[in-house]
Amino acid sequence: MDMKRQKLIRLTLSYAVIIAMTIIIVYPLLWVVGSSFNPGQSLSGSKMIPDNATLAHYKKLFDTSQSDYLTWYWNSLKISTLTMIFSVILVSLTAYSFSRYRFIGRQNGLMTFLILQMIPNFAALIAIFILALLTGLVDTHLGLILVYVGGAIPMNTWLMKGYLDTIPKELDESAKIDGAGHLRIFFQIVLPLAKPIIAVVALFTFIAPFGDFILASVLLRSKEKYTLAVGLYDLVAKQFGSEFTTFAAGSVLIAVPIAILFLSFQKYFVSGLTAGGTKG
Amino acid sequence: METPMYQSNHRKIALGLSLIPGFGQLYNRQYVKGISFFILAASFFIVFKDLLNMGWWGIFTLGEVVGRDHSIFLLVEGILAVIISVFGLGFYAFNLRDAYKNGQKRDLGLKISSLREQYRALVDNGFPYLMISPGFILLVFVVIFPIIFVVLLAFTNYDLYHSPPAKLVDWVGFQNFIDLVKLDLWRKTFINVLAWTIVWTFGATTLQIALGIFLAIIVNQKDLKGKAIIRTIFILPWAVPAFVTILVFSGMFNESFGVINKTILASLGIGPIEWMTDPFWTKVALILIQTWLGFPFVFAMTTGVLQAIPNELYEAATVDGASSWQKFTKITLPLVLYATAPILITQYTFNFNNFNIIYLFNGGGPAVSGQNAGATDILISWIYRLTMTSAQYSKAAAITLLLSLVVVSVALWQFRRTKSFKEEDMM
Repeated sequence: MDMKRQKLIRLTLSYAVIIAMTIIIVYPLLWVVGSSFNPGQSLSGSKMIPDNATLAHYKKLFDTSQSDYLTWYWNSLKISTLTMIFSVILVSLTAYSFSRYRFIGRQNGLMTFLILQMIPNFAALIAIFILALLTGLVDTHLGLILVYVGGAIPMNTWLMKGYLDTIPKELDESAKIDGAGHLRIFFQIVLPLAKPIIAVVALFTFIAPFGDFILASVLLRSKEKYTLAVGLYDLVAKQFGSEFTTFAAGSVLIAVPIAILFLSFQKYFVSGLTAGGTKG
Repeated sequence: METPMYQSNHRKIALGLSLIPGFGQLYNRQYVKGISFFILAASFFIVFKDLLNMGWWGIFTLGEVVGRDHSIFLLVEGILAVIISVFGLGFYAFNLRDAYKNGQKRDLGLKISSLREQYRALVDNGFPYLMISPGFILLVFVVIFPIIFVVLLAFTNYDLYHSPPAKLVDWVGFQNFIDLVKLDLWRKTFINVLAWTIVWTFGATTLQIALGIFLAIIVNQKDLKGKAIIRTIFILPWAVPAFVTILVFSGMFNESFGVINKTILASLGIGPIEWMTDPFWTKVALILIQTWLGFPFVFAMTTGVLQAIPNELYEAATVDGASSWQKFTKITLPLVLYATAPILITQYTFNFNNFNIIYLFNGGGPAVSGQNAGATDILISWIYRLTMTSAQYSKAAAITLLLSLVVVSVALWQFRRTKSFKEEDMM
């Protein structure tokens, strides 16, 4: 009898905590969605459930004469996709070498990567800014992509190397005995087995540029070059609250696809991180 | 072991000759290799002669004539010259070693590998370098190069008043670091920013870890229904891009229009709180928001670990008469902490450098009189402010250097303890 009551109390308390947390989590999210349907522009009048909901803000975002939103969206997509492609290629090559070959400089190389992944690459912000000025890469997407790809290499190399280390070496050794060359072993034996970690690296390197604000805000100058993060910040920061509802609509349009992408691959994120076991 | 009996002195002669790259190889009768070494070395000098000359001069003087010399360009060229010199010296050392090794083989009466064998060896040994080089070269230019640049910049007087092309920049030794300690304005700001950075890092991170573990354990209870949907909801803050949520929160916390003051606190009968203008409340808001943003990651990690703990452990504990609390402190918590510790530590370094939340929420503000950083500026956002708004490049570089030293030592300390370091073959 007593056991049963204890269990009831425990479960009730647990559900109470869960419900409280759910409200805390969901409230701000629903509030943005609500704001995006509010008539008017200001933050002050916005309500979670608007009296006369409107799609005006969404229409405005899609109207290229009134807003640069679509350009920003396209910029972000382009930068993220290119960053992802280049990062995956470079990271696979380096991680494979570090995992499978024993060469002079390997230990020092790994050590360097380990230290570099700890220093966020925007710590050298001043240098990146000045170098971009000198090379004429300020306000270009190329400059930004190069910085993102370079910054992604150390951490993701460690992540992928950790995974490749778990693929038995006997596989490639027997292939070598059968006469397979270096490239063939890499493409036909190791890469297919490394698909899960490649997916993780691809996702990480795709999502990171979306969330980056600091580098993009330093390197990009003109409005039509902005990424979403910089553009949306610009929208709210200029006169705070005056375009809040438009900002809310813009946020919903970016947050929903990213969240769906994220939730459907969430499993891999966690397993990838624990498998590589180096960095969060 | 006995020293090998050399019948001749080919190794020494080859070594001596290869002081000019390639000649030692020619002496060893490896003609193709010798010629290609020589051509490589010669073209290296022809291509880089001017840059090396200019660079090495530039990095020492940082320019001598105002108007003609641009100190920062010279510094960049200087670093390039240093990097190229390092590569050149590496090649030179390889050339010397190669000549010596092959000479030694001849001394011992061994056969020197043929051209075909050399080619095979080059492909086999060179393959990993070939694979690494694209990534490595990019890394050198966008990561390592900037870091060297910042380190050097920290020892110059580059700021608004010493800004090329109108003025020259000079080496000033440790002056920037001395200023940080000695000048009142800088010392006061530095101490305040550092103190808040530490409080912020430990406060926000510890809270998000505690909440994440706590919720994971609650949701993982066997008899709890609806686990899948609850887990999805709890992951949401991680799934939505952080910059969006931070901007949304800064709207919600707005003092006069924000929903928190106007609706939530008002309905509880609490007067408006100055979330944006009072330093204390801004800090509270920041820590709360970061907890909201950061706990799902810990939650997901911990859930993974919890699901892997074998049930027999708990059954055995129940048989031995352990209470729920004992099971928690003696089984669950140690296992969770052990498995996630390395990743949890990176959460601390992440928040230490968490620029986005500080800058996007309130721009590091509110402003504080008598210091050149806002009340909620952490080191990284202070560096941003110094660089982008007041052009205090050298001071910002000096602070970056200090910050990186902290992060790197934490990182090294952490990784010394992890598995991959100890297992010989992993490293």
